[in-house]
Amino acid sequence: MLPAPTLNTYLLLSAVLFSIGTAGVFLRRNLITILLSVEIMLNAVNLTFVAVGRSLGTVDGQIIVFFVITVAAAEAAVGLAIVIALFRHRESLNPDDFTSLKW
Amino acid sequence: MDTVFFWLLSAVAIVASLLVIAQRNPMYSVLLVIVSFGALAGLYVLLDASFVAVTQIIIYAGAIMVLFLFVVMLLNVPTEDPPTGYHARLLGGAGPRRAGAALSVALLLELFWALTRMGDGPSLGDKDMGAAVSSVRAIGLRLFDVQGYAFAFEATSVLILVAMIGAIVLARRESK
Amino acid sequence: MPAFLTPELIAHIALILVVFFALQISAAVLVYMERKVAAFVQQRYGPYLVGPRGLLQPLADIVKLIFKEELRPKAADTVLFYVAPVLSAMAAFAAFAVVPFGADTTFFGLLDHPIHLAAADVNVGLLVIFAITSMGVYGIVLAGWSSNNKYSLLGGLRASAQMISYEVAYGLSFAAVILLAGSLSLHTIVDQQDGYWLHFIPKWYLFIQPLGFFIFLTAGVAETNRAPFDFPEAEQELVAGYHTEYSSMSFALFFLAEYVNMVTVSAVATDLFLGGWHGPLPLPAGFEWIQFFAKTFLLLFFYIWMRWTLPRYRYDQLMEFGWKWLLPAAVLNLLVTAFVVAFVIG
Repeated sequence: MLPAPTLNTYLLLSAVLFSIGTAGVFLRRNLITILLSVEIMLNAVNLTFVAVGRSLGTVDGQIIVFFVITVAAAEAAVGLAIVIALFRHRESLNPDDFTSLKW
Repeated sequence: MDTVFFWLLSAVAIVASLLVIAQRNPMYSVLLVIVSFGALAGLYVLLDASFVAVTQIIIYAGAIMVLFLFVVMLLNVPTEDPPTGYHARLLGGAGPRRAGAALSVALLLELFWALTRMGDGPSLGDKDMGAAVSSVRAIGLRLFDVQGYAFAFEATSVLILVAMIGAIVLARRESK
Repeated sequence: MPAFLTPELIAHIALILVVFFALQISAAVLVYMERKVAAFVQQRYGPYLVGPRGLLQPLADIVKLIFKEELRPKAADTVLFYVAPVLSAMAAFAAFAVVPFGADTTFFGLLDHPIHLAAADVNVGLLVIFAITSMGVYGIVLAGWSSNNKYSLLGGLRASAQMISYEVAYGLSFAAVILLAGSLSLHTIVDQQDGYWLHFIPKWYLFIQPLGFFIFLTAGVAETNRAPFDFPEAEQELVAGYHTEYSSMSFALFFLAEYVNMVTVSAVATDLFLGGWHGPLPLPAGFEWIQFFAKTFLLLFFYIWMRWTLPRYRYDQLMEFGWKWLLPAAVLNLLVTAFVVAFVIG
């Protein structure tokens, strides 16, 4: 049968998701997918918070998750607005095309 | 039963995340991220954090991802092409990228090593304690407590206001 | 009987099946009701040829839809084209799963302990409904996008923008009810409305929160894309909006989703504001669900009546109404309720 999950299992799962997100940020050449990989990383961190909060018996883990979700929302909104502004300028979403600091 | 759900949901989350970074169509990427978030919400329910699970679905999967979807649709984001020219050479544009991905695999191996050396670690607690602690009432009492997170709560609301204004200003068309 | 097939398990499975099939049957009944009510409003007969008084008309519609040819535009994204109506229908059915429709019952002594009459009874039930409703937006957005058709895309974008705009007022209106009841569980909220004032006025939240009820119903109508907020799927404007390219069963799934969403909004409004199954009449135990159905049916009739009576809002009027009038009203409602609960009652 499958082993029951312990705290370490949850932390490992969170580590796997975090590294998938990190690999995504490096490997993808599309600004939106890079932002999505950042969201995956934030979710992995949320999972860590909830798991550790549960094992410590407090509710603080879940409260911090609220703040992380809220900050992620704010960051996604501003990030996507920047992506739209960049796309209007260069008609491309490939980060390799934005090579000069001078517009 | 909970164990089966845990492994099922973690498998779904990992596979969905891998597909997000592996396949090329950005529309599918957004939808797969939503699947991954749904699986994570299920995991939160298993950890007796049902309020956080529902909040994740309402806000993350229901609002933020709709924002992503709108941007993908409005910009008509093209499917990524395989790299050409400078970026296709081994140490060209793709080199640092591959090195970065290798480093993230190294990070995973390092975390794996650290977490499995510790033995089983602290337990997750039994069901009853979890349910009584994480009720919505308990969350509310701690969140709005002045010795707790009340200041962070107010600061976050200002942050959201700033982000809203920033997003509107940044995405506005320049008036000629 | 195997050991795991306890009476409770059988009762739960039976409840799930009853809810599922009742929703489908209610969608068929609503099709008939809509056409008959529309006919009476427009001073003509509705369907009357198929079966006595046209009662078999929904059956004829379903048979026609099953036998129609399933078309797909060549440039449409295959996977998303078929996933979109499935998503809409799934969200519609799943949202009703946590709505309680009757008092605790032992099924006339068959069970040892009374169980809640709902497919699934969750602590945070009200938020689950809200969450699944916000997932319903994806079906419409994906339908608009994957049809590869500018009318569909515009219709889909407008419909989803409308839905997420009215979700805010929707949520704030039931936040006030949560304040009054002190719980997120729909079952507890209904039980708080038990009893009578002055021996004949039922203790419904409708009488304490009239503005909240109005906001909830208006936002609910806008959420389900029904008139007068159905600009995105209006026939005169955008061909047929996001379901232009759909035919046969996919189209049927969209309509099933729309009617089941209507039923869900009416059922939740009944539970939140009209006392659920605690009604004007004290019914004997085991039969309270009849009152629940009567009230839901009344709200559904009101829904259909509104469609054929009121003119349609234009899209910018609709968005302005949602953001500039409904949202401040909902916030005001919440503030007044919070003040009263904190200082007058508490």
